[in-house]
Amino acid sequence: MSSHPATASTRNADHREISMMAGTHAESERELPSVPPEPVMEALKLNVYYGDFHAVHDVNLSFGKHEITALIGPSGCGKSTVLRCLNRMNDLVSGARVEGEVTYHGQNIYGRNVDPIAVRTQIGMVFQKPNPFPKSIYDNIAYGPRVTGMKVDNMDDLVEEALQGAALWDEVKDKLKQSAYGLSGGQQQRLCIARTIATKPDVILMDEPCSALDPIATSRIEDLMLQMRDDYTIIIVTHNMQQAARVSDRTAFFTARPDETTGNRTGLLVEFDQTSHIFANPTDKRTEDYISGRFG
Amino acid sequence: MSTISSAGAGPSSGTGLPAAPNLRKKSRPGEAVIRGILMASALLSVAITVGIIFALVRPVIDFFRDVPVGDFFATEGTHAVLPLVAGTAMTTVIALLVAVPLGLGAAMYLSEYASQRARKYLKPTVELLAGVPSVVYGFFALTFVTPTLLQDILSLKVGFTNALAAGLVLGVMIIPTVASLSEDALSAVPQAMRQGSMAMGANRMQTTLRVVLPAALSGVAAAIVLGMSRAVGETMIVTLASGSLKNLSADPREGMQTMTGFIATTAGGENAVGSSSYNELFAVGMLLFVLTFIINVISIALVRRFRQAY
Amino acid sequence: MSVATTTAREVTRTVSSGRSKDKNVGSLVFLGALWFSLFFGVMVLLVLIVDTAIKGSPRFDSELLSNYGSIVRPESTGFRAGILGSLWLMLFTALFAVPLGIAAALYLEEFADKERWWNRLIEVNLQNLAAVPAIVYGLLAVAVMALMGFNTTGIVLGGAIALALLILPVIIITTREAVRAVPQDIRQGSLALGATVWQTTWRQTLPSAIPGIATGTILGLSRAIGEAAPLVVVGLAGSVLFDPTGVMSEITALPMQIYSLTSNSQEDLRTAASAAIIVLLIMILGLNALAIFIRNKFQKTW
Repeated sequence: MSSHPATASTRNADHREISMMAGTHAESERELPSVPPEPVMEALKLNVYYGDFHAVHDVNLSFGKHEITALIGPSGCGKSTVLRCLNRMNDLVSGARVEGEVTYHGQNIYGRNVDPIAVRTQIGMVFQKPNPFPKSIYDNIAYGPRVTGMKVDNMDDLVEEALQGAALWDEVKDKLKQSAYGLSGGQQQRLCIARTIATKPDVILMDEPCSALDPIATSRIEDLMLQMRDDYTIIIVTHNMQQAARVSDRTAFFTARPDETTGNRTGLLVEFDQTSHIFANPTDKRTEDYISGRFG
Repeated sequence: MSTISSAGAGPSSGTGLPAAPNLRKKSRPGEAVIRGILMASALLSVAITVGIIFALVRPVIDFFRDVPVGDFFATEGTHAVLPLVAGTAMTTVIALLVAVPLGLGAAMYLSEYASQRARKYLKPTVELLAGVPSVVYGFFALTFVTPTLLQDILSLKVGFTNALAAGLVLGVMIIPTVASLSEDALSAVPQAMRQGSMAMGANRMQTTLRVVLPAALSGVAAAIVLGMSRAVGETMIVTLASGSLKNLSADPREGMQTMTGFIATTAGGENAVGSSSYNELFAVGMLLFVLTFIINVISIALVRRFRQAY
Repeated sequence: MSVATTTAREVTRTVSSGRSKDKNVGSLVFLGALWFSLFFGVMVLLVLIVDTAIKGSPRFDSELLSNYGSIVRPESTGFRAGILGSLWLMLFTALFAVPLGIAAALYLEEFADKERWWNRLIEVNLQNLAAVPAIVYGLLAVAVMALMGFNTTGIVLGGAIALALLILPVIIITTREAVRAVPQDIRQGSLALGATVWQTTWRQTLPSAIPGIATGTILGLSRAIGEAAPLVVVGLAGSVLFDPTGVMSEITALPMQIYSLTSNSQEDLRTAASAAIIVLLIMILGLNALAIFIRNKFQKTW
């Protein structure tokens, strides 16, 4: 079990050297320090249980400000579970238990005095399947600000801003009062992104946001994510390695280890590094196997 | 690491975002009040059960102060309840003889033979029967089943009121109860079992009777038990069609009062509050409640068993 | 043609005809019996309706609806008091049972932690209440009325309490089904935006579930409107000669009037009862049609 968290930092140190040596390798877009300099969020020894089932084991991660972090790995590796811990959506699963810490700007969001609802207004989430509300496009956007009691001077402006931010405004500006269910799947997903932006979050979690979409809609969302990176910290779970390679700055690779007696698969973090390094020269054999398509 | 004061915490941010947003618990009194109201409403259902028991216990205690327990659980006498129990048993058994084969037959057709589309229309049709008010069934039993069907067509020597007519109509009324739950149970049997049976050369009838039905047995049993509970508790049919005379008899052609019939007839008459005939109402009501409660608990347990099986 | 080919053909034929083994006599008789079971109830219902309609046909007139009950002039007795009484009862039954039932259902579906023993108790208790005989609810209503200090029997309030208790489990169960049918995605989307559980329930789940709740409520009321047993126990009269004016009015109800006339030996009164049954069935049919209409028209398919 070479992925024990204690070794993670040393491995990161190794990588720093590699990245220095590699120099310009694959870093055409962004120069990134090897560890996030200003982590907005961090997971520290995160363990998740569903009843007796140990779903995620000892995950340590840090998410850099205005970076896109991708969580990848085979199915059942716990990447979605980890994502859902980051804004306490796991609270809603009955029997779920979280150990360890998730910090947001230094505060443990699982602390006793923390309000999960306040956490979720700061850390928004976009789901796998587009889930617009059965309301008009306008009301979908206005819903978040209304329920959270945000002070809004002009809701129309906020709606426009959010839709602009999700690159949807031009397509829907003439039908704001129509049902969101009339939109295409890709448009619905961008609406969900717009809805999340409208509450002015800091971090946006995306749980396989393109898995229900066709390639064209997928590439529009990917472009959108790259635009949004300037304003938000984005954490995305994806099963699509190309997508991770295209959009993310850093990638965390998870895998699942079956329990010897029960066969239940517990997810653990194998490797976390800059995306270019993960894809170009992964340190762990399992990462390499997965990325080269030999496994998963 | 617990909460850190917002002043010193967090990395200094260049873009003007608040360094450490306030995540402290907010009090939401409205939310708590609403939750409390909703919970109270749900608890009211428990209060109703407790209320039923309390409502019945007081007069029952008073009743047994006046009337010895032996006089109540007796076959003869003014306060004897056993003839009423026998009347209920008689009408219930007749009802089950009608409803079990017909309800089960309908369920087997719906689950094993009918197409998805046909089922969509046939199921509500069967359930129509449950929508007819029992007073209407009672009228039908009294004015059609007894005089026309039993006396004229079948030439049976039945009384003006008789347990047979009441039981038959009662049976028709509970067909949907038996059919509906049985159909759920039959449909819950995994398709693989049917395919396994068919693959061994069994036809549909054999598959239905020898594989699907036994597999769904506890669900079907729950359906029958629930139907029985309905039959025991049903009032208007038996009050109208089975007569208002206590009659301990094994002949379904005679009229015999049931527990529910007794309650309806006695409550409809003039009884001073606190008199022993008024209190007897509650004693019989208590017995009825306890009986149906036991039957229901059995049914719920059976349903749980078949839910667990699949 | 070789023997092998012939045998193969035979086999193919048996296989391709598929149901050949379902065509033997036993299977056909069995299928016939199933058909009979399925349509027996419908036949009974047809006989019931036709027989009652024929018996009641001389009284399909406006006096049936507009007159009060009269034993003196049985040929023109009417059900005005019963129809109005039933409508009043429905109104107050709905007022009592609907908000309570919806609140209880929302608690159980959206707030309750199903692992807790008291929530499981509520669960089992509800299943049991749904099967408590209607007449027992009558006894309970009598006790509740006595507890509240009312000593007049047979009034709107008592009847409505009995019927509300009766249909409460029905409303709770159907509301829960309607609420459960709203996809989890919608709730998660709302909660992820920082909405509270109640905001999510009030603004997302409940509006989406309203058609289902309305359908269930109407079906519950259609059961209540035909129910006579608890009303007998609550002491509703078989006939009153005035219109209801308030919750404290003494009333009768349509099924009560039918019940009291059924045991009457006067032919004219029985004819009137038959006609009144048709009126009652039409009211119930109307409610059911309304429920089906709402379900088909507004029910969302997710």
